[in-house]
Amino acid sequence: MQKRASIRYEVFIKADIETIWEMIGDPLAISRWFVGIASATLEGTTRVIVLGSGLSLPETIVTIDPVAHRFQYRIIAPIVKEHLSTIDVIEVDEERSLVIYSVDAEPANFGLIIGGAAGAALENLREILEDKNTKGEV
Amino acid sequence: MARKILFITTDQQRYDTLGCNGGTLASTPVVDQLARTGVRFERAHPQSVVCMPSRSTMLTGQYPSTHGVWMNGVPLPVAAPSVASVLNQVGYRTALIGKAHFQPFLDPFLRFEENAMSQGSASPLLGLYRGFEHMESAAHGPVGPFHYSRWLLENHPEVIGGFYSVLNSSFDVNSEGDGDTGAPQVHVNPVPKELYHTDWVADRTISWLNTLGNDEDWFCWMSFPDPHHPWDPPQSEVGRINWKDVPLPNGYIESQSQREAILDDKPRHWRAWYDGTLISNYEAPSSWVPATLTADQVREVNARNAVECELIDEAIGRVITSLIEKGCYDDVDVIFTTDHGELQGDFGLLFKGPYHVDGLMRLPLIWRPAPSAGIRPSTVTKPVGLLDLAPTFCQIAGVSPQSWMEGKALPISDEDATNRDFSCVLTEWDSELFGVNVHLRTIMADQWVCTTYQPGTSHDGSEGELYDIVQDPLQHHNRWGDPSLTSIRDGLVDRIWESLPRHPGKRRILQAPV
Repeated sequence: MQKRASIRYEVFIKADIETIWEMIGDPLAISRWFVGIASATLEGTTRVIVLGSGLSLPETIVTIDPVAHRFQYRIIAPIVKEHLSTIDVIEVDEERSLVIYSVDAEPANFGLIIGGAAGAALENLREILEDKNTKGEV
Repeated sequence: MARKILFITTDQQRYDTLGCNGGTLASTPVVDQLARTGVRFERAHPQSVVCMPSRSTMLTGQYPSTHGVWMNGVPLPVAAPSVASVLNQVGYRTALIGKAHFQPFLDPFLRFEENAMSQGSASPLLGLYRGFEHMESAAHGPVGPFHYSRWLLENHPEVIGGFYSVLNSSFDVNSEGDGDTGAPQVHVNPVPKELYHTDWVADRTISWLNTLGNDEDWFCWMSFPDPHHPWDPPQSEVGRINWKDVPLPNGYIESQSQREAILDDKPRHWRAWYDGTLISNYEAPSSWVPATLTADQVREVNARNAVECELIDEAIGRVITSLIEKGCYDDVDVIFTTDHGELQGDFGLLFKGPYHVDGLMRLPLIWRPAPSAGIRPSTVTKPVGLLDLAPTFCQIAGVSPQSWMEGKALPISDEDATNRDFSCVLTEWDSELFGVNVHLRTIMADQWVCTTYQPGTSHDGSEGELYDIVQDPLQHHNRWGDPSLTSIRDGLVDRIWESLPRHPGKRRILQAPV
């Protein structure tokens, strides 16, 4: 079994890049679209997320780049040897964007747990934003 | 009033662990009695040899390629078809008590309904969960999002530390063992028997059944987590079987050179896993090398496993006694089976994976019809599958099998099986884990077990396995390349592709290791 996992999920969303970035680029907005994150707090570059199970995970925000539309963070809990998640939002055209969520982690199985949740979170993000579009709320 | 249904499943139990199937190690008088008075199946196969896909097949009556749970860690959608929903809609009271595992266990986000439910009461948050009005969950230990774990934490926290840690700090299946032989997943557990999950599942089942009136119809899925590893039954019970007295199983090949020659005759991932050079799936400890397995370790694992089988048998006995005392047992159909088998020393291997041989595929299946149904005891030798369970439940309840079900109601005799064309059973395997992918499709028909491989990390798609289970019941001689059997082999492979459903489309994503 390899020690390190590198997992990537992507989704096309019918929304313009800035609408998506409003969600992705806001460190505190994560609980609105990432299923299983109950809440998030931010102090400086340290974000603490509380999971549905009640478990708290401290994270370091590494990158918030509104020009490249890239958000990166590291989970720094003792159970994690190394972790870096990267969310990229890429414009396809005026009405459509590609969101890529990449998870690199050791141990590998931890990466699979985070990566699997990230994949489901992207699907949820798509549903939220496209549903808003349908209802004319954006 | 219709017939009531007690559906009993265990986890990872071999066919030959029951006395009625020729087992001699564990004493299983309760299930043996069910077999004497009911229908015993000699060739029941799962449609997947791992938990989540197989359990999803039981619930939906569909192949993994239809319900979409193609490997452990892929959740079954909550809106997927469910035989429990069908029964509930016609008035059956419904419960699932014990191990469910339609959604991943490794869920710190608690984003799956099945896991979130364990934090509340036994009543599903939305009234019904997959058609079950009552759910109390358990798995293989005291940790995780299960009712059993919460019950232990709230009432008996002092025993939690005595259980084996199924996973290590890397979230990998633990390879440690602290029995006498150092066998992986063998552990001395001081937990009192009455607090162990086997008794808890039976206790909770009895408790729920006692809430029902005898005029009510019910479908109760009682799902024991054992004898799946870890092999950590209550220490007080371990003395039932001295591992030093346990004979080596027929499938264990003592001669290393002979064992390795047999492995070399199979597709290459067999030997690669044995040597510790390939890990294709999550279901065995990745740091454990099967080639290091000793004969004594096989004995100790088999002894612990047999103790767990005995505890299950006794727990079933308590539930049946409660039904007799309640006065409704004659109206109850009892069906006993498991989700898949366990290698348990066969070929020098333990646990499970992409290895479609009897250790993993030949399952115990006993159906004791309600005496009021007037079905005579029999033995069915024709092949049947777990996907035949859901239509069987419908038939018992007097409901037509649903159009989405892909099996047929179980036969009650070989004659019935012949008349209704029970001639083959199919099993699928797909896994993609950290860059390693393996894909198998298997058919069991007549005296043949035939597996064809699709291209993957270790296979180019030309490989296969063909065993004559009459001449070679231990499946030692792979005859895939035997020129005298080419037409039989090709005919079986054609049957596989003609029989399996095809569902082109996007595959559901893997959401956790298990």
